Amino acid sequence: MEKTLAFWSILRKDIKTYYLKPPNISWGIIFPVSWTLMFFIRSGGAVDIKGILPGVMALSVLFGTTSMLAVTITFERKKRSFERLLLAPISLNLLMLAKTTGTIIFGVINGFIPVLFASFLIDLSGINWFFAFISVLLIAVTSTFLGLFVAVSVSEVFEAQTFSNFFRFPMIFLCGLFIPLDNLPVFLRPLSYLLPLTYGADLLKLAVSHRGSIPVWLNLLVLVTYGTGLFLISTYNIQKKWIY
Amino acid sequence: MKIIEITKLSKNYGDFQAVKEISFFVEKGEIFGFLGPNGAGKTTTINMLTGLARPTSGEIIISGQDGVKDIKKVQRIIGIVPDESNLYDELSGFDNLVFCASLYGMGRSEREKRAWELLTRFGLDDAGKRPFKAYSKGMKRKLTIAAGIIHEPEILFLDEPTTGIDVKSARQIRELLKALNEQGTTIFLTTHYIEEAEWLCRRIGFIVDGNVIKVSHVDDLLREAQKENIIEFTIEKTSAVLKSSLLERFPGITIKKVSDHSVRIGSTEKIELMPFMKFFAANSIKISEARIIRPSLEEVFVKITGIEIEKLKAENEGKKKWKKL
Ligand SMILES: Nc1ncnc2c1ncn2[C@@H]1O[C@H](COP(=O)(O)OP(=O)(O)O)[C@@H](O)[C@H]1O
Ligand SMILES: [Mg+2]
Repeated sequence: MEKTLAFWSILRKDIKTYYLKPPNISWGIIFPVSWTLMFFIRSGGAVDIKGILPGVMALSVLFGTTSMLAVTITFERKKRSFERLLLAPISLNLLMLAKTTGTIIFGVINGFIPVLFASFLIDLSGINWFFAFISVLLIAVTSTFLGLFVAVSVSEVFEAQTFSNFFRFPMIFLCGLFIPLDNLPVFLRPLSYLLPLTYGADLLKLAVSHRGSIPVWLNLLVLVTYGTGLFLISTYNIQKKWIY
Repeated sequence: MKIIEITKLSKNYGDFQAVKEISFFVEKGEIFGFLGPNGAGKTTTINMLTGLARPTSGEIIISGQDGVKDIKKVQRIIGIVPDESNLYDELSGFDNLVFCASLYGMGRSEREKRAWELLTRFGLDDAGKRPFKAYSKGMKRKLTIAAGIIHEPEILFLDEPTTGIDVKSARQIRELLKALNEQGTTIFLTTHYIEEAEWLCRRIGFIVDGNVIKVSHVDDLLREAQKENIIEFTIEKTSAVLKSSLLERFPGITIKKVSDHSVRIGSTEKIELMPFMKFFAANSIKISEARIIRPSLEEVFVKITGIEIEKLKAENEGKKKWKKL
């Protein structure tokens, strides 16, 4: 009871002070729009919207979540208000779950904004919505915890952004969303299979355009393992570094 | 009853030992002052006691619980006011308090009531709806204290509660702390203001260079100091031989201080003025004032830490030389 109260309070405060602020909302919209536009321009208008939709969705989730954690964690740590949370009688795991739940929700919503745009342009029947939601949720969870891992490893907001890009940009090209894995040079393929987004993207493709290439159980297993692993490493790092 | 008990507590940062095997206790219901110069290890100690820093070695017992292993349980009954305000800039004073209360599991109506109560008590009710970032330094510190006691903790830790704020706010804060203590809260505070410690605290621990060199009741320290009688003479000009000729003429006294225009002497016996007047006259030294100095905690501090500071400095110098060789 006490714990639930603290959890909701932290979540509500973050939503109010960060996620509902205009810069962040627009970031969530501008990003998917620019991706969609970029593909339109590149392919001269005759774009297979349904084909690129999973990719744009996944990237919206990835960029939305990883950039938010730089603010909700790195910034609060710099301003020392994060200490207040560390000094409260709540366990570190619960605290970090509360801090990341907002980001996960934000990521999921971000992921469906491209769907909203696409719905004006094409017929979206045939998408397995339940499966699409699960895929977006799993991508949001793993990329949030990836962002958490980055946020815990640095002390400045700009470092968090730079370090995130180190993961984010290779993922765009290696996760199989825009360039099918079979078309990648052979020496890059093992790298693709190391990235969690590859598995999330595959699930999403299956849900949206019924074109997955990795067994579903493997996708789920890898995503859950990545998510749990990154979360545990991050809380361990916080124990070590922030309770100095 | 001992509410905090610290045994051989140490903290190392790499090769550097910031806190060196300190042992002391705090009694339930008292205001305990941790007094020491900058860099002495006060913040490091408070961080270890509250769970923000991990002790390298040693033991902490707070209210019967293990302050290292069971820190999350301990955090329920303690309040913490850090040296820098760490509330949320964007939230109003009221929202900050309500948020902090919720971290301790207080229900909505209870925490809102308590928040207004504290805002009123701290004279911040008019500013309650303004964002924290618009507060003055003194207001920020007051709100940080309010946030520290929102859950009515048994023990309140404050790290330099009056450093860096205006005189008026500092006085209000001292009075608030005194009142809080009278209502039963045990208070542990750090400070480098001697008068503050003297006015507020029942007992004081002196910390210098990571060592706690004395823990004592303020009353005892003052009584000890006031056993000595001190007189300061204001004179026209001191001379190089003044000190030695004074000591030669009055073997029982100690020379506390000699500056250009004054000399301060001390003695455990009552000091008769006439012999000194005669002495100065005989040496053609014009004297304009003789003043009784009432020893305060400052004298005690200099006496206790001054010597140690010199000694520790000498030791450090010695170590450096050894390293070079
Ligand atoms: N995180 C840290 N890493 C290394 N040294 C530190 C750290 N924190 C404090 N110190 C050092 O420990 C000593 C004690 O610091 P501190 O406890 O802040 O002193 P005080 O609060 O009494 O002014 C200082 O010499 C300080 O430089
Ligand atoms: Mg300090």
